[in-house]
Amino acid sequence: MMPLTPMHTDSPEPLLRIRGLKTHFFTADGVVKAVDGVDLDVQQSRTTCILGESGCGKSIMARSILRIVDAPGRIVDGSIIYRAADGRTVDLAAMSPTSKAIREIRGSDISMIFQEPMSSLGPIQKIGKQISETILLHRKMSKAEAKEAAIEMLDRVGIPNPAKRYESYPFELSGGMRQRAMIAMALSCQPRMLIADEPTTALDVTTQAQILDLIADLKEEFDMSVMLITHDLGVVAEVAEDVAVMYMGKVVERGDVYSVFENPKHPYTQALLESVPRIGGVRKARLPAIKGMVPHPLARPSGCSFRTRCERYMPGICDKTEPVLTQEGSSEVACFLYSSELANVR
Amino acid sequence: MFGFLARRILYMIPTLFLVSIVTFAIIQLPPGDYLDTLAADMGEAGSDNNAAIEALRLQYGLGEPMYVQYGKWMSGILLHGNFGLSFEKNRPVTDLIWDRLGWTFLISLLTLAFIWLTALPIGIYSAVKKYSAGDYIATFFGFIGLAIPNFLLALVMMYVAFRYFGQSVGGLVSPQYLDAPWTWAKFGNLLEHIWMPIFVIGTSGAAALIRIMRANLLDELYRPYVVTARAKGMSEFQLLLRYPVRVALNPFISTIGWILPTLVSGEIIVSVVMNLPTTGPMLLRALLVQDMYLAGSLILIVSVLTVVGTLISDLLLAWIDPRIRYQ
Repeated sequence: MMPLTPMHTDSPEPLLRIRGLKTHFFTADGVVKAVDGVDLDVQQSRTTCILGESGCGKSIMARSILRIVDAPGRIVDGSIIYRAADGRTVDLAAMSPTSKAIREIRGSDISMIFQEPMSSLGPIQKIGKQISETILLHRKMSKAEAKEAAIEMLDRVGIPNPAKRYESYPFELSGGMRQRAMIAMALSCQPRMLIADEPTTALDVTTQAQILDLIADLKEEFDMSVMLITHDLGVVAEVAEDVAVMYMGKVVERGDVYSVFENPKHPYTQALLESVPRIGGVRKARLPAIKGMVPHPLARPSGCSFRTRCERYMPGICDKTEPVLTQEGSSEVACFLYSSELANVR
Repeated sequence: MFGFLARRILYMIPTLFLVSIVTFAIIQLPPGDYLDTLAADMGEAGSDNNAAIEALRLQYGLGEPMYVQYGKWMSGILLHGNFGLSFEKNRPVTDLIWDRLGWTFLISLLTLAFIWLTALPIGIYSAVKKYSAGDYIATFFGFIGLAIPNFLLALVMMYVAFRYFGQSVGGLVSPQYLDAPWTWAKFGNLLEHIWMPIFVIGTSGAAALIRIMRANLLDELYRPYVVTARAKGMSEFQLLLRYPVRVALNPFISTIGWILPTLVSGEIIVSVVMNLPTTGPMLLRALLVQDMYLAGSLILIVSVLTVVGTLISDLLLAWIDPRIRYQ
């Protein structure tokens, strides 16, 4: 693998450094390469958005970090280097998914919230219990102290009457309130990184904005890193500091949000951004769409996996080998259009 | 919670009323009555006692319309706790049944405990280790347990116990203890015997519940809230018991409702085969000779127990599942 230059010179050591991560699913029909060689850095105290269509592997990549990928999926290659608060680094990809070491990181150092607040909370346990349980798992506290901390957390995420809500069951709360409770639970041990897997997809638009604001506020308050997974370009524009665009199990372009949004390099990123309607923009007959469909995961194209839908497909080049992420200006892109060696070929 | 309880108990009254009517109708269904059986027996013996039979008929009110008979029977039960007279034994029903009801109840409860204690861990194991060797073994024995009729299992076990372990066959205690007062030795002897009917009656129920638990838990194991619990850093065992098993328990508890009557009724044949001092053989005998008040009382009491069992299972459900409680 070629050496990568860090995205931000001011913080050379990222909190999380993912290299060559491959998470494959061994199904009866064949091997589904859900994550197939992801390179990604999550910087300390920054919000990184993972952008991609459904099925591009962004959720599986996120779950791979916490090692909560369900069978038959497992990490087959790559490393996930996490830099702990004391500066030591551990490779999460090398840990056993049931080991005590990874359990101590889950919920305490890195925690996660999910897409479905309706079904992500235990249905017949009190909300407060589920939060204080998390605290008791990771902190040496008495039950009463944990309860107090949980109520404080519920208050912090904007749940009215938190002491009463502590005793509530999930089915008594609305979707937005449940997602707030999920956030309270995830942040109850002051993690250094929050993974939010499409946290607003199941919510209505006004609630979406509130939840995103809440996450942004808490990120500042707790000085943590956020990895936000979404397919919503509007969300990315609103909260992202860094962006990684994924397509078919790979990061095809990454950089800070201004570089990527103002000067998208990968044809896929360009096509994605063109497909967004703009208020006040010139009204076209139809919004441009990316032609074709995402290939079936068991029938991946040779070479660059986007070539079948790419406007700038170069026969003889794109179908031969896979492009790797290379620094190009202020961002990194995996596309042969920018490979200097190919200049000679052309 | 109190309202829920009061409502449920109130609902029991019409149910029990209906049960008592149906019970009474059922025991009246076969043509003739106990006195016909008696007359037939007397006729066989060569005596003709029509006058005596008529006198008896009048005494028991057997010639009266059904609703009058029902009224007399029910008011006796409700006002005086008098379940009527057993014609055959010529003694009040209450003298005869309590002992046997006690044994029936004890065996049913122990069987329920046996079913739960085996089905819960095996069902959980089967679901968590789906398609493992252990799961296949549990499934195999589960289906065998379902398929073998209880009385056959009883016969086989009695044979094995007698042939290879020299145990006395049938009954709950060895013959020498039958009329002996309760001592530790007799209690020990009881323990040596009682596991056999419990095992025989419990196997099919346990087998069914293993399958139910496995299916329920498989439904829950891959839910998002399980992933959430895992992402919190809980150990697999802890999160298994605290989240998916708790939810999967619901149908498990509601099965008490249907398992109680099958225990009591499935137990009849086994009791006859194994010669247990329970209500089963007594009910069978009472139905054969049309000893209507004895049969009716037994059916009524077992029905009441079933209704109460259902109530208990509903209360348990409400206790563990807030979604039911708050509706």
